[in-house]
Amino acid sequence: MSVVFDEFGRPFIVMREQEQRQRLKGLDAQKANILAARTVAGLLRSSLGPKGMDKMMVSPDGDVTITNDGATILNKMEVEHQVARLMVELSQSQDNEIGDGTTGVVVLAGALLEQANRLLDEGIHAVRICEGFEKACEVAVAQLEKISDTVEFSKDNIEPLIRTASTTLSSKIVHRYKAKMAKIAVDAVLSVADLDRKDVNFDLIKMEGKVGGTLEDTELVNGVILDKDWAHPQMPKEVNDAKILLLTCPFEAPKPKTKHKLDIKSADAYRALYEQEQKYYRDMVKMCKDSGANTVFCQWGMEDDSLGVLVQEKLPAVRWVGGVEVELLAMATGARIVPRFEEITPEKLGRAGKVREVQFGTTKERMMYIEDCQNAKTVTVFVRGGNKMVVDEGKRSLHDAMCVTRNLIKDNRIVYGGGSAEVACSLAISDYANTITGIEQYAIRAFADALDDVPMALAENSGLPPITMLSNIKARQVAEENPFIGIDAMGNQEANMKSALVFETLAGKISQIQMANQLAKLILRVDDVLASAGQ
Amino acid sequence: MADPNSVLSAESMIDKGENSRMSSFVGAIAISDLVKSTLGPKGMDKILQSMSNPDSMNITNDGATILSSIHIDNPAAKVLVDMSRSQDDEVGDGTTSVVVLAGELLREAEQLIHQRVHPMTICDGWRLAVAAARKALEDSAVDHGSDLEAFRGDLLNIARTTLSSKLLNKDKDRFANLAVDAVLRLGGSTDLNLIQVIKVPGGSLEQSFLDEGFLADLKIGVGQPKRLENAKIMVANTPMDTDKVKIYGSRVKVDSMDAVAEIEEAEKQKMKAKVDKILKSGCNVFINRQLVYDWPASLFAEAGVMCIEHADFDGVERLSTVTGAELTSTFENPEAIQLGHADLIEETMIGEKRFIKFSGVQSGKACTVVLRGASTHVLDEAERSLHDALAVLSQTVKESRVTLGGGCAEMLMAKAVDEITPTISGKKALAVEAFAKALRTLPATIADNGGYDSADLVSQLRVAHHDGQSTMGLNMTEGTIGDVRELGIFESFKAKEHVLLAAAEASEALLRVDSTIRAAPRQRQGY
Repeated sequence: MSVVFDEFGRPFIVMREQEQRQRLKGLDAQKANILAARTVAGLLRSSLGPKGMDKMMVSPDGDVTITNDGATILNKMEVEHQVARLMVELSQSQDNEIGDGTTGVVVLAGALLEQANRLLDEGIHAVRICEGFEKACEVAVAQLEKISDTVEFSKDNIEPLIRTASTTLSSKIVHRYKAKMAKIAVDAVLSVADLDRKDVNFDLIKMEGKVGGTLEDTELVNGVILDKDWAHPQMPKEVNDAKILLLTCPFEAPKPKTKHKLDIKSADAYRALYEQEQKYYRDMVKMCKDSGANTVFCQWGMEDDSLGVLVQEKLPAVRWVGGVEVELLAMATGARIVPRFEEITPEKLGRAGKVREVQFGTTKERMMYIEDCQNAKTVTVFVRGGNKMVVDEGKRSLHDAMCVTRNLIKDNRIVYGGGSAEVACSLAISDYANTITGIEQYAIRAFADALDDVPMALAENSGLPPITMLSNIKARQVAEENPFIGIDAMGNQEANMKSALVFETLAGKISQIQMANQLAKLILRVDDVLASAGQ
Repeated sequence: MADPNSVLSAESMIDKGENSRMSSFVGAIAISDLVKSTLGPKGMDKILQSMSNPDSMNITNDGATILSSIHIDNPAAKVLVDMSRSQDDEVGDGTTSVVVLAGELLREAEQLIHQRVHPMTICDGWRLAVAAARKALEDSAVDHGSDLEAFRGDLLNIARTTLSSKLLNKDKDRFANLAVDAVLRLGGSTDLNLIQVIKVPGGSLEQSFLDEGFLADLKIGVGQPKRLENAKIMVANTPMDTDKVKIYGSRVKVDSMDAVAEIEEAEKQKMKAKVDKILKSGCNVFINRQLVYDWPASLFAEAGVMCIEHADFDGVERLSTVTGAELTSTFENPEAIQLGHADLIEETMIGEKRFIKFSGVQSGKACTVVLRGASTHVLDEAERSLHDALAVLSQTVKESRVTLGGGCAEMLMAKAVDEITPTISGKKALAVEAFAKALRTLPATIADNGGYDSADLVSQLRVAHHDGQSTMGLNMTEGTIGDVRELGIFESFKAKEHVLLAAAEASEALLRVDSTIRAAPRQRQGY
């Protein structure tokens, strides 16, 4: 087929049909793509909602991760299929953009494609389906904005923020401590947030984890934590009112870049060289000391000799601090990073209220706490947990909760959860569909059906009869004209999500629907798959 | 996997629902059964043989040691091993109990799932049960932290209880005293580095002792004093062989023999200058992390200074903490160097080995436990047991509440859980009941391991606890039930609480899993 003929009847080859090359065309391609996407969505479906189940992932090296965070699951799954990989990216971009709802977006995209599959069977062209979806999506977004509510909060009234954060946390394994975790997340975000500009810089929040203790021991540290210890065991364990010097040059004799040989020809030269070398060490430490610094963080190593001088000069130092941490310290303490000893000046020093080394448990694990920094806006969330998995999951959950809080600060409009928003949109779209003539009507209705899938999955995971629940909710929303009726997943006998205080950010929900819609359209529009032969 | 519709890479696997759950349960229960027989005072030991080196082996009944040395492929089993390790790191003891409890919980969960109870419902029930159990445990805990005499008694009892399940059982009074003395010397610090354990093969376990001072497995240089009173100690980390010029790219290049000799002389002079500076500090003992060559060593000998070389990293750090000396590397201002102090340094012999003994050191916290025993295996196990005891004791010094052992605390918690069962409606109640059952398997296992009739003993215990005799537990020497408070079987509250919480947390995490996704194993190169 990829042979065509020119005007003289000679064949020429447009595309080499190779044995190994796999090619799928037309409806087959669409069907295969939809199937792959739905497989991924099917995997995540059982993780949706507060009663969602976890997945256990074994990495190529045998490490175990247990999580129900959609983005993490997909990330660790090593998906190979090209379309399935698009789903992974979808979840990732929701994670980057919003940080929450990563499972929901995949489930929704899967549901959209399932509906599209049905329409394709009925003989509707993919492009028409896309057009219908587009229109339905617009209606859904408009409806979301209509039913959205605003949350009022201020620095003194953070209760609403904590409530949102705990909704996010309730679906995670940390939910036993969700009150505490939610408070930590909100405090962390608020301490770096600029409420006037409605901006939150996440670079200022660092997450550190250490195995040991329980999740209850997790704390918010007003400053920076480094997984390092003092370069020398006899340096003071605690420095108050620290003046911090950040160095990116080693405490060693200078090493010229040019390749050279230094020949020692006589005993005098030998002595002179030795003197010179010792002088380097003394001068280096002297330069640090002269600037008034009383704590040094160095990105590189320290020669034993210079370490000795440092101890004698009572100048506590930390060596091999990572590049990222040096930058973080610079941000937190207001210090300038100094690349050469000659450039040390008192103005380049940073300040912190307290620098201390803390030891944990019965092992020799030590960490550095740098607290009460000059730039008070840097905070570190220090997660503890029984084992590595719990710590990692704790970190991910806190990250989600912080993202949600940030989104609220950026835009304080919310919609109610428990599937109520989806049902409200679905109803609005169904009404709209009746006003449309043409084939799109089918696609629009299909979009509404796909939205219904989210509350159905929620109900299923909560052990409720999905179809009965959905029809109940729909009927009640229409009868009571109340778009806040949703699935009572927690078994609280409270279907009104407004009074059950289950809410999600409007931005998150809109992004979910839009992104799922875009991806579904993208996959539908593909009618030819050319896969190169694998190695 | 042969599934053509798979979206994953070729060798990845997905287990869903029942299959995933089954493999988790099987793995976790297998691990728990593996260590089950080591629980309690009559627990058996295991021989661990290394795969790569079949000659090296270990005999132990320490749960964490067993689990960390076996190779495990099952992800659920890995979770339990991880948990046991963190129990070891945090509290040092209860590493077996935590795995057994988690295993039993999962065994109960399996039953419940067969009865069509949803895993989430089980988790809900367990959470209620854990809260009740924890409260019961807290209520029963006794705090003697303020009364030193009574607290010491508590500590002794805890040490005895921990040691009774180990090899040191025979001499447990001796070792309990030893461990308590050592920990109390720390004065609230949990830094176990200050307690040095030295193993000397030969003799018997009874000949082990606690030394007030500090023993170092080091040698004194030739021709130097072997005994020194009122020692002023310098601890250094500096090259005492040849002090190389550290300026990059330098090398010696000369054109005559004379020049070589001259430079050698200069080198010697440099070393001499260094030694002189060291001597100027007024020290009479010099301890170096690195080698000390003959030439500087003889210089020290001439000056009548004791010189000890080759103390490793840990050694110098410990010595500097113990003696209060500053770890130095430069000697420009010898007067400024902080010297350490010991009343007496002498060389002693233990068995066939020579040690240097530092007595009357500045930091009274340090002490050394010398273990003697028939073979290295015995010594290794003795060290592990002692370490467990020390770790638990040091944590108890921090959190001074104690609770009862011998299965008493478990029965107490089970009773509390049983009591809340009738107040719970719905399927959760089944899970709560199961939790109590799992708690009761711990004393049952202890009894089984002792060869007693566990069903009989546990039911007796249950009745006793129901009658309000809340201090009844297992008397494993007689095979009856008895008042464990009188028997002196105590355990640290922190360890017990950690067992309860960690086991519940881990089994809940495993129960919540409904799919297992295995990535293709990384291709190993070079085979």
